Amino acid sequence: MKLELASFYVKDIQFCEKTEFRDGILKVNKQELIELLLCDNRLKDVELDIARPGEETRIIPVKDVIEPRIKASGNSVFPGFLEKPLTVGEGRTHVMKGMAIVTCGRIVGFQEGIIDMTGPGADYTPFSKLLNLVIVANPAEGVSSYEHEETIRIAGLKAADYIAKSVQDLLPDDIKTYETKPIFESISKYPNLPKVAYVYPLQSQGLLHDTYVYGLDAKKIVPTFIYPTEIMDGAIVSGNCVSACDKNTTYVHQNNPVIEELYERHGKDINFLGVIITNENVTLADKQRSSDYAVKLAEYMTLDGAIVTEEGFGNPDADLIMLCRKLEEKGIKTVLITDEYAGRDGASQSLADADPRADAVVTAGNANELIVLPPMKKIIGLVDAAGIIAGGSQKSLKKDGSIEIELQAITGATSEIGFTKMSAATY
Amino acid sequence: MGKFRVVHYINQFFGQIGGEEKADIPPQDKEGPIGPGMAFKMALGDEAEIVGTVICGDSYYNEKKDVAKNEVLERIKKYNPDLVIAGPAFNAGRYGMACGSVCKAVIEELSIPAVTAMYPENPGVEVFKKNAYILETAASAAGMRSAVPNMAKFALKLLKGEKIGTPKEEGYIPRGIRKNIFVEETGAKRAVNMLVKKLNGEPFETEYPMPVFDRVEPAPAVEDISKATIALVTSGGIVPKGNPDHIEASSASKFGRYDLENIEYLTPEDFETAHGGYDPTYANEDPNRVLPVDALRDLEKQKAIGKLHRYYYATVGNGTAVADAKKYAENIAKELIADGVQAVILTST
Repeated sequence: MKLELASFYVKDIQFCEKTEFRDGILKVNKQELIELLLCDNRLKDVELDIARPGEETRIIPVKDVIEPRIKASGNSVFPGFLEKPLTVGEGRTHVMKGMAIVTCGRIVGFQEGIIDMTGPGADYTPFSKLLNLVIVANPAEGVSSYEHEETIRIAGLKAADYIAKSVQDLLPDDIKTYETKPIFESISKYPNLPKVAYVYPLQSQGLLHDTYVYGLDAKKIVPTFIYPTEIMDGAIVSGNCVSACDKNTTYVHQNNPVIEELYERHGKDINFLGVIITNENVTLADKQRSSDYAVKLAEYMTLDGAIVTEEGFGNPDADLIMLCRKLEEKGIKTVLITDEYAGRDGASQSLADADPRADAVVTAGNANELIVLPPMKKIIGLVDAAGIIAGGSQKSLKKDGSIEIELQAITGATSEIGFTKMSAATY
Repeated sequence: MGKFRVVHYINQFFGQIGGEEKADIPPQDKEGPIGPGMAFKMALGDEAEIVGTVICGDSYYNEKKDVAKNEVLERIKKYNPDLVIAGPAFNAGRYGMACGSVCKAVIEELSIPAVTAMYPENPGVEVFKKNAYILETAASAAGMRSAVPNMAKFALKLLKGEKIGTPKEEGYIPRGIRKNIFVEETGAKRAVNMLVKKLNGEPFETEYPMPVFDRVEPAPAVEDISKATIALVTSGGIVPKGNPDHIEASSASKFGRYDLENIEYLTPEDFETAHGGYDPTYANEDPNRVLPVDALRDLEKQKAIGKLHRYYYATVGNGTAVADAKKYAENIAKELIADGVQAVILTST
């Protein structure tokens, strides 16, 4: 399966009469987009705003971050949501780089995040480096929290699709091609390279902790194969409110850095065969079934090595360690990416589970570490959320507008798919 | 600006009072440096001086615990120091425990920095490494020559409020404290690099060494329980009234062995719990709830078991370090095996 990603580099976003993309400037007809989103009568109100890197702006509470993409053919990405759930990942996809759609608005669960566009907080979130078109949307009366989550999730996808249409017929700045051959072809092409796959657990604890595959709730899947390029075309959509720091937003699914790095080494040091998706359900039986199934597929692919990532902490630590143990028992060399909850002082044990076979671990840092976010001139969203979101407390929001909070509350700060440059060391 | 004021804590041996026969001397203090303090005086140079030395016997400190700690603190306070240096203790266990405890108390109660140094296997390391910086030394006092300049250099850094680097850079024993750092490459790139190394059999360094979970396989079932001698062991802190061995309410440093001869069941008049980690009301009301002597006596009468072992063992499992718990268990098991016990009922809380 072969996919061309055709990039358009966005240098600024402005509100104008007509939505169009020209000379690197994205112009957005605010009213048109708001009306499009308000077609969903579960929404009461929608506002749009722009947050640029370096501005004294805080976005809170952040639900999802999405990169605008569209098929050159005119089809939408996100199969199962905006399109029929038919196979994606081939052909050409137009991508708007340097920007994102950020969904925000009244809190759904407890685990939504903060994006600061400048100051110390900005160093921790990868999304401070993007031009963000922020959708502040609130639900109509009587909409349950599950519907609320779904409504905002779909509003974000629709907005990304609407914006991406502006580059559908244009010539891109550059094109990069990604290709994964069927397993047997790939193995015969590089018979001497170690066979590697990416084992990709999707958050599926339920109760606002869900992820979707071609529109299907990942709780209900058994682990399965997927081409990496399908994921680039929006086959995986985030629908969860896990702690903001280690939530895999739709943006990071679309731009999964593990996939990028494995492609980078493919044909040189490794033979990257593809991706096995699995889930992170709560019960032990589910964990046993899914980890056994995923490892069986790994063995089926005759893997020599695997990278396993994570989303969330505590309960999913058990999935992570179980996968690692079973892969290593099959002789498949495994590297894990996780983050840590070592307490505010960093003195406690970091994970809820451990196994000596997990001897190769990359950490994205201790999410309990405290940070003081200075006051910002502009708030997009609702600053009161600082007192409720995971990582915060009633004392978080200070009178001067600064927020003392754990890194846990910063969107993407301790990405367990390795999106950031943070780590932790023992002192 | 004057020199920084430093107090030095040492034991009876380094305090030139005597060896083991003087290990029970209570704390005393003298102005200026004594023993290894002379070397510190040299190493600290013009920037800091040892204004006083507090000496305490190792046995006294370890047996009197809080009393000794408070007496030592009072003597330290007198000199109005900016920092305390304790030891180095090398591989002397009780001295290491005392140095660690003094540093912890100084940091927490006097709110000034403290530093000590010992051999990595000194029990004081496991207990106090999270509370204070412990520099690494050789096992014996032969390592004094290198220990002193390291400690002095580190002490000056603490006094000046300079940034403390990694264990490797500074020479202290890793405290197990995780701190975030920014690195050059993304997590994904680091992971793929690590995987390529692992696949090629090249050395790689994990970023999170797994803590060791000691998983114990259950022993096979006792063949004939009706003939077996069964012992009771608890981490629930049930002790004879008055806690004769002074087992601590938290972070127990010992276990006790107590006689059950002619005892049909435990009464609140004769037994109680020493445990500080749970609501003791129900255990004190009926100690059999934690240590089921009553039920075992019934089983004895019914000949469902051979007999209840004459002695039971108790400690307090509350904030107790895994390493200590393991040590107690090994000792208890040895005695039980020697006494011909076939099975144990282990109760926790």
